[in-house]
Amino acid sequence: MINQNTLDSWSRYTPVQRMKRYGAFLAITLVVVWALRSIDVIWEWVWDAPVQLLDLFGRMIPPDPTNLPSILEAIWQTINIATIATFIAVFLSLPVAYIAAQNTTPNRFTLWIGRFILVSSRSVNTIIWALLFVAIFGPGIIAGIIAIMFRSIGFLGKLLGEAIEEIDPNPIEALEACGASRFKIVLYGIVPQVLPAFFAISILRWDINLRESTVLGLVGAGGIGIILQGAIDTFQWTEVSMVLLTILALVIFGEVVSTFLRRRIL
Amino acid sequence: MTANLDYWRKPSMIKTPSLRYGIYIAAITYFVLTVATLPIDWQRAAEGIERAGRIFSGAFPPNFDRSELLITGFLESLKIAILASAGGMLLSVPLAFMAAGNISPKPIYYLGRGIIIIARSFHPVIVAIIFVKAVGFGPFAGALTLIVYSIGFVAKLLAERIEEIDFGQVEALRAAGAPFLSTMFYAITPQIMPRMVGLGIYQLDSNLRASAVVGIVGAGGIGSTLANAFGRYDYDFALAITMVIVGVILISEAFSGVIRKQLL
Repeated sequence: MINQNTLDSWSRYTPVQRMKRYGAFLAITLVVVWALRSIDVIWEWVWDAPVQLLDLFGRMIPPDPTNLPSILEAIWQTINIATIATFIAVFLSLPVAYIAAQNTTPNRFTLWIGRFILVSSRSVNTIIWALLFVAIFGPGIIAGIIAIMFRSIGFLGKLLGEAIEEIDPNPIEALEACGASRFKIVLYGIVPQVLPAFFAISILRWDINLRESTVLGLVGAGGIGIILQGAIDTFQWTEVSMVLLTILALVIFGEVVSTFLRRRIL
Repeated sequence: MTANLDYWRKPSMIKTPSLRYGIYIAAITYFVLTVATLPIDWQRAAEGIERAGRIFSGAFPPNFDRSELLITGFLESLKIAILASAGGMLLSVPLAFMAAGNISPKPIYYLGRGIIIIARSFHPVIVAIIFVKAVGFGPFAGALTLIVYSIGFVAKLLAERIEEIDFGQVEALRAAGAPFLSTMFYAITPQIMPRMVGLGIYQLDSNLRASAVVGIVGAGGIGSTLANAFGRYDYDFALAITMVIVGVILISEAFSGVIRKQLL
């Protein structure tokens, strides 16, 4: 009889599993409630937010194209910042990737130098790099290019290093057996194996850099962000929406170009 | 002919020579022209080396005297990240269902995809400035920004996961006459649950990282503390903050990696 009952009612989890799930839900709820209760927010502003947001977006319509020529010029600058910075970072990341990959690094010491460069480059965000380089070089494009370069080296070096670690060691052994020099081993044994990954990673980073360089101007490091900041500071909301639309177009353009290149190369 | 056998060259990636050299020339021309025409103030840049020396000597040793300010800033970042992850997940799940081509009708699919594309296209810092202007300075603007940021990432990947599900279970439930909501809960959700949990944990980590950045434009958290320190030329305190940010990011990355490995 009792057997019949258990067959009729089916449940997905055993009681222990269910308790664990409830426990996890409880913990998440408690953490969220703690964050909500203790966060330093003026709640009147929160309740007012939908009205304010609608009001702001209302003022952005219609986008005002009078300033379009200078916006497009700034967009061109933004593309150049991203492209040049990616281009230089690609070359600078090659030696870093070489010493940060376990199978090619000359010794343990260089391995740790390589890893240190990668970690410190990757864990500081582009904007924070830009903040630093604007303080050093003054506001302008050069600070932006260097900021993007510094952040890109970590990304490119890490992924490229991983690609180098995954290569097939047989061609290298063959080259070593015929007495090829270190340089020739790299050129004929390693480079052909990582070349597809190299292009894929570079294109991916270019796409990311295009997005990142749109915000550099907000800390004074050149590109479209300067115009955006200027328009926001002077409450030219119709121009702001025009800038936002061009940024949207830029990002979609970048995605289309990188998809096209990836399909052609790989 | 026999002499040629002695000589071997690595085949080029681009087979046609004219195309290959054309691309090289185009790349070099672009590079030279843009570098020449960019409005770069070389003299100003050269002075930078000296200024860099001043900044770095000002930054060492890092100053942890005001660690109370540092901890408050970090707690705020953490709260922003938690709220944004929770809110972002809540909004991402329905949006992912909308943007999955195999279960939602075409108009809703395009609407969902459109929202995701817009949320993904704008860098969090741009979104943050707009929200700061609309709802005022502080952590609320930061949380709203990161919710948008989370939607762009989580909803996209979750929608892709929904498109990959085994459709047999949905068909079985439909054949048994289950209504739409039951189909979703019993046929689709169990299949995407592991990915959802993984994305949630990843997003918490990623939001913590991003909240350090959006604070720079006034959206609360440790980023605001950092921007203030930089603005006051307090380079030793700024270095201390940066070091703590890097440390916390490394810890949270390791932590979320461990949790995800245990769960999945």
